[in-house]
Amino acid sequence: MKKLSNKKINKTFRDNLITYGMVIAAYVIMQILVSAGSVSSLIQGLLVPLCTYAILAVSLNLTVGILGELSLGHAGFMCIGAFTSAFFSKVMENSAMPSGLRFFFAILIGAFFAGVFGLLIGIPVLRLKGDYLAIVTLAFGEIIKNLVNIMFVGRDENGFHISFTNTMDLNMSEDGDVIIKGAQGITGTPHDSSFTIGIVLLLITLFIVLNLIHSRDGRAIMAIRDNTIAAESVGIHITKYKLMAFSISAALAGVAGVLYAHNLSTLTALPKNFGYNMSIMILVFVVLGGIGNIRGSIIASVILTLLPELLRGLNDYRMLIYSIVLIVMMLFNWAPKCIEWREKVAARFKKSVKKEAE
Amino acid sequence: MSFISYLINGISLGSVYALIALGYTMVYGIAKMLNFAHGDVIMVGAFITYTMCSTMGLSPVIGVLAAVIACTLLGMAIEKVAYKPLRKASSPLAVLITAIGVSYLLQNVALLIFGANAKAFTSVVSVPAVKLADGQINITGETIVTIVTCLIIMAGLMLFINKTKAGQAMLAVSEDKGAAQLMGINVDGTIALTFAIGSGLAAVAGVLLCSAYPSLTPYTGSMPGIKAFVAAVFGGIGSIPGALVGGILLGIIEIFGKAYISSQMADAIVFAVLIVVLLVKPAGLFGKNIQEKV
Amino acid sequence: MALLEAKNLGISFGGLRAVDDFNIKIEKGSLYGLIGPNGAGKTTVFNLLTGVYKPTEGIITLDGKDVTGKKTIEINQAGIARTFQNIRLFKDLSVIDNVKVGLHNHMSYSTVTGILRLPKYYKVEKQMTEEAMELLKVFGLEEEAETLADNLPYGKQRKLEIARALATKPKLLLLDEPAAGMNPNETLELMETIRFVREHFDMTILLIEHDMKLVGGICEELTVLNFGRVLCQGKTSDVLNNPEVIKAYLGE
Repeated sequence: MKKLSNKKINKTFRDNLITYGMVIAAYVIMQILVSAGSVSSLIQGLLVPLCTYAILAVSLNLTVGILGELSLGHAGFMCIGAFTSAFFSKVMENSAMPSGLRFFFAILIGAFFAGVFGLLIGIPVLRLKGDYLAIVTLAFGEIIKNLVNIMFVGRDENGFHISFTNTMDLNMSEDGDVIIKGAQGITGTPHDSSFTIGIVLLLITLFIVLNLIHSRDGRAIMAIRDNTIAAESVGIHITKYKLMAFSISAALAGVAGVLYAHNLSTLTALPKNFGYNMSIMILVFVVLGGIGNIRGSIIASVILTLLPELLRGLNDYRMLIYSIVLIVMMLFNWAPKCIEWREKVAARFKKSVKKEAE
Repeated sequence: MSFISYLINGISLGSVYALIALGYTMVYGIAKMLNFAHGDVIMVGAFITYTMCSTMGLSPVIGVLAAVIACTLLGMAIEKVAYKPLRKASSPLAVLITAIGVSYLLQNVALLIFGANAKAFTSVVSVPAVKLADGQINITGETIVTIVTCLIIMAGLMLFINKTKAGQAMLAVSEDKGAAQLMGINVDGTIALTFAIGSGLAAVAGVLLCSAYPSLTPYTGSMPGIKAFVAAVFGGIGSIPGALVGGILLGIIEIFGKAYISSQMADAIVFAVLIVVLLVKPAGLFGKNIQEKV
Repeated sequence: MALLEAKNLGISFGGLRAVDDFNIKIEKGSLYGLIGPNGAGKTTVFNLLTGVYKPTEGIITLDGKDVTGKKTIEINQAGIARTFQNIRLFKDLSVIDNVKVGLHNHMSYSTVTGILRLPKYYKVEKQMTEEAMELLKVFGLEEEAETLADNLPYGKQRKLEIARALATKPKLLLLDEPAAGMNPNETLELMETIRFVREHFDMTILLIEHDMKLVGGICEELTVLNFGRVLCQGKTSDVLNNPEVIKAYLGE
């Protein structure tokens, strides 16, 4: 009896170690390659975005794979994390606070606000099911992006001014400073992100998500996913755990937003980075990596981010190939007929290996 | 007076949304999947008409017909190659992601052929504009044709579903696939037919949309596609009258939002209304709320 | 005082009167059967007792406390646990994790403790594992502790559902057709298990069942439901010999 449970703990423990180890190994190899000068500046420029996407995919997997709800608004939470933290960093830029401490607070602020929004949006939204939930999260994501695009925030000696029309409407004194300029966003955010920080944040995200899954709360969340009625019948508070998973997922997307914002000199809310297209792209990472498979999310986000870059030589054809690869991989991974065929081939392969051994 | 013009414009835009939403709603009702590539079929339809009429100089009638036929075939092909193998997949997300892949594929093929620059779409409508109330209200020919087309298609579709055997088969399949199969209905064929009709309608919607808003790029179908999806959910996904009402309401809200509140916020307003509707009526205006039996 | 008492319980769905004027009194420690033809409203009674449906009228008291109209989770915390006619396991969780979900409200640590893996996490998880294994042993499932619930054979799935319900430490256990789909041997074994559960956990059990051998073999008292109303109530042997009951079952 003891053996059995020990075996299980060992297995999850080993599984988690592999995941952490994979990330750390990738980091070390990358650092060596960079210092050896064998990494193009293009790939170097992708290192922070890779961490950002991996964090996004892992956090979305918490909603999609562990909680079992389809969200198409993940980029909205990333957007909130990005803008709140960049705003904070801009405001504190000329203060006495050291930059490391400032960035630390920026991360907390981004995570906090994204988490709070996750909670606020989750309360009404999580009553809906399936595709309805998907479209409402998409709607919230678009609204967030839209609002950020028309928001003007400035600061002068009288404090902060907010407007949803234009800079003039802020009514600021002459030496006031406009921080968020509507569609032009925030410019001059301090460049605090780095590959190392990205990896550390990814590891923290993994730590939170993996430990949550293998805990009492994680079991409750997965029980709700598997059978809501049965979960209720054994006394699990459905709303509480749905909100917990959803807002933690949102907060972690906020962290990804912080990393993203502090890697760019200009932060704007475009359809490309914070629109539903981004949410969908993250969902693609999650599904392709395996729903509920955290390690898979990281691998898929890295491969799918690098793929278009590796295909760059093919110029115009690269996105075409990307889309075909995506369709083929989905069919290969999920079509019952393909799965059957793969199993058959695997069995035949095993047989022939056995024969040879004999 | 401007109120009435806005209203008419809204109904016109809404008619286009309704046509697209029909495709979404029928496919959802029958295959229980969100066909994310549906919006891009609109774009394909518009490009085919554009090539036929503007590049080759053929008559608009031929251009539109060619678009409808091509999109119908395209819809069936997509279903057969990309969606059908995944119909029995263990997660409904698999086919959703594949649909996203198809969406990317269509966009990128169009991008390769036509480039990223916007093409000026020549309207296929030659109906003259109508001026009412001493010229204070100007209704364009496109508006008239769009609304009339939408109404005719709606009526035809309702007749088709309620009066023909194939239409009844569609209802049966959407109600219960297994039972329909046992009753001898060709489920695969019915699903293919649904995709065919939905995609054909998308071609019409594409031509009408680009006649009213004559700028055509490979991404033209994307946002209208999403909004039509919103319209379908709004009306109650799976419900055909719901798609019509949802589409038209959405068009009106969007145009009014642009006119009276803020043009930048129009999309946000559309989405906000959707959220409010779903929170009050979780299955949309005409949708059935099915509760799990314990 | 009876452990469970329902008075004048009733519910309508639209125009349909699913359950009407339902009364029941279950003494502590008894094994009580609820029988009746298909569609008589037996599962609806379970749903009323567990808060899945709110009764249109009537009162439910558990151990002297009024639980009428309470939510499912409140009723579970008050001490009623159940199984389902169509098995509802957490199919992608392991067998032992299914039971641990049942223990959720009895052994706890905070979310932060769980994420940061503070010492309390290991302590409580160890206790949970031990207690869950105890329960699994009762049902002969200890070998399958790490199997996915979905991969268990049918009979064992039914047992796991009972184990999970017991993990919530109820005063009253409701079993909805526990022997459905079992062969005679499995049913006999199940009867033994139900008896054992009653003795070992000092449990009060109300069960719905169609298998008359099982009902006659282990239930001390029966209530027969027909068309949503109580047809007959009393000692098992009396009820089973009641001509009205025979008529309802066999038809005229």
